[in-house]
Amino acid sequence: MRFAHSPVLAPTFPPWRARLVLIALGVAFGVLVGRAAYLQGWNRDFLQAKGESRYSRTLEIPAHRGRILDRNGEALAISTPVKSIWAMPDDVALSARQLAALAGALGVPREEVGRRLAATERDFVYLRRQVPPETAERVATLGMPGIYQSKEYRRYYPAGETMAHVLGFTDVDDVGQEGIELAYQSELAGRPGSRRVIKDRLGQVVEDVESVREARDGRDLVLALDSRIQSLAYAQLKRAVEHHRANGGGIVVLDATTGEVLALANLPTYNPNNRAKLVGSQLRNRAVTDAFEPGSTLKPFTIALALEMGRLAPTTLIDTAPGSLTIGPATIRDPHPEKALTVEQVIQKSSNVGAAKIALQLPAAAMWDMFDDVGFGTAPQLGFPGEAIGRVRPYKSWRPIEQATMSYGHGIAVSLVQLARAYTVFARDGELLPLSLLKLDGPPPGKSVLSQRTAGMVRHMLELAVEPGGTAPRARIMGYRVAGKTGTAYKQENGGYVPGKYIASFVGFAPASRPRLVVAVMIDEPTDGEYYGGAVAAPVFAEVMAGSLRILGVPPDAPMNPIELPPAALEVRESA
Amino acid sequence: MARLSFVALIALTVCALGLVTSQHQARKLFVELEHEQARGKQLEVESGQLQLEASTWSMHTRVERLARERLRMRSPEAKRIQVLEAPPAERQ
Repeated sequence: MRFAHSPVLAPTFPPWRARLVLIALGVAFGVLVGRAAYLQGWNRDFLQAKGESRYSRTLEIPAHRGRILDRNGEALAISTPVKSIWAMPDDVALSARQLAALAGALGVPREEVGRRLAATERDFVYLRRQVPPETAERVATLGMPGIYQSKEYRRYYPAGETMAHVLGFTDVDDVGQEGIELAYQSELAGRPGSRRVIKDRLGQVVEDVESVREARDGRDLVLALDSRIQSLAYAQLKRAVEHHRANGGGIVVLDATTGEVLALANLPTYNPNNRAKLVGSQLRNRAVTDAFEPGSTLKPFTIALALEMGRLAPTTLIDTAPGSLTIGPATIRDPHPEKALTVEQVIQKSSNVGAAKIALQLPAAAMWDMFDDVGFGTAPQLGFPGEAIGRVRPYKSWRPIEQATMSYGHGIAVSLVQLARAYTVFARDGELLPLSLLKLDGPPPGKSVLSQRTAGMVRHMLELAVEPGGTAPRARIMGYRVAGKTGTAYKQENGGYVPGKYIASFVGFAPASRPRLVVAVMIDEPTDGEYYGGAVAAPVFAEVMAGSLRILGVPPDAPMNPIELPPAALEVRESA
Repeated sequence: MARLSFVALIALTVCALGLVTSQHQARKLFVELEHEQARGKQLEVESGQLQLEASTWSMHTRVERLARERLRMRSPEAKRIQVLEAPPAERQ
């Protein structure tokens, strides 16, 4: 029998069964095709993203805050990375011994760490922020679960308290809070970026997919400040404030040729690297934010106006007898009554009566214009937060007595920076310069306020004031001609003058033949007997000016004769 | 025909392996680049820290104190200062 005809092989099943199997297979195949089409067609983007998330990561690219440099490139503020230690309290399970080890490594009391970790309702607690790298290393070697570290930036100020007020400081997130750090926040701050990358199983980045956002580092800021002059100014101011047991003080050094601020210091101050016990008075940048009644340092402006209007010549005699002048209920007095003084001597001896008599000859509007022109009553636009605009009342409301007292700096308030800037008018042949905290390439255009002739005449009077016979022989320095004016003013508190409380000041410039620097010094409430501007503030001026001229290598314009002070009894004192 | 297919298969295999190798090489080089870039960042940070340190050491007050105390230096007295006029050619 042939194999093909074997009865075993004879079809015994009905033909529909074969067809059923075929249809079943067909349907199953159709389902697979449909599923594949569904996944690859409709759901494609979602699945692709899911797949990529297994190996692609978005990484943060950190950007650091710009440095602050002085004009010679010395670093004044630098951000450097530090670690912050944080925890997810739910994931942390520590034995008492481990807790003690952690607290020890962190340098935080054990109870404090325990208390923070006990806050299980929170997902995130800082254990300690901004620790040095060594501490972070120690914590990392403990290898405790649930304890993490993140990178942050902390700003350091190598100059410490010397430049605290100018630079200001940043908060724990490296955002500017005070001073330059706040004023130039947008320039200094960096903008972190991010990029998408592919990582392999070892966690190494193997491919750059795309840059989501470019990182941008903060811009470096080059200040006009000269750190050598700044530290000199600070040291001298500090010495004077301590020696005269004063409440505080301020000093401003300007470059008379460009209007750049070479130094600006205040007392009391603080250490920006350690701000644990900071009080409000330490934070105040007095030279910029506080207006005070300047006293006699304002006399040259009134005299300059009178000279400019042609009312007087430097040798015109002013009748100052009997050393007092009564206007209505008020009397203005000179401490050293003289019969008559020339206009030059009014400045040299700082006569209140003389200045008041000159002021009373002038129209109030012209005086107000003069004050406005030299920048009193308007913010100096340094860019600092909270700059004082001072107080110059509208001239229409001036009474004669007020016009008289304003001529010698009472009833008008200015900040030390405004005062220093106003003196650039005399130092620069009548031109007022805008001030700059940033280093400039060249002198900015100034505004002409006085004629060259008037400025020259006032400069000569200011030179006389520091000669023997003037109020500030202690402002002289060896080898240079100095010009300047003292001020001693009653301190104003709650709208009235307080007897026994004074503000001593001195503003001047040198070398007088070709002024290079303007220095303004203010000492608040000297309480150690001496309180005259010529005795308290002038020596600070002399020290700072002499040192700064030497640092800058300014050629001397006077013979190198040692300075001899007139005997104390002969010293001319100005009135408050 | 069969021989042509075989040659094409060999060529394809070689190309495929080449692609794999070059991709691997590229990734290795990229990892190296990343390492170097990270090192660059690290060095930048270090340079900032060193600059900070240099600035701290060279603070004017500290230098002056050391000059006075350790080196016993002082400012010259008035009598001992001699001012020399620079010849006009050297002046700016």
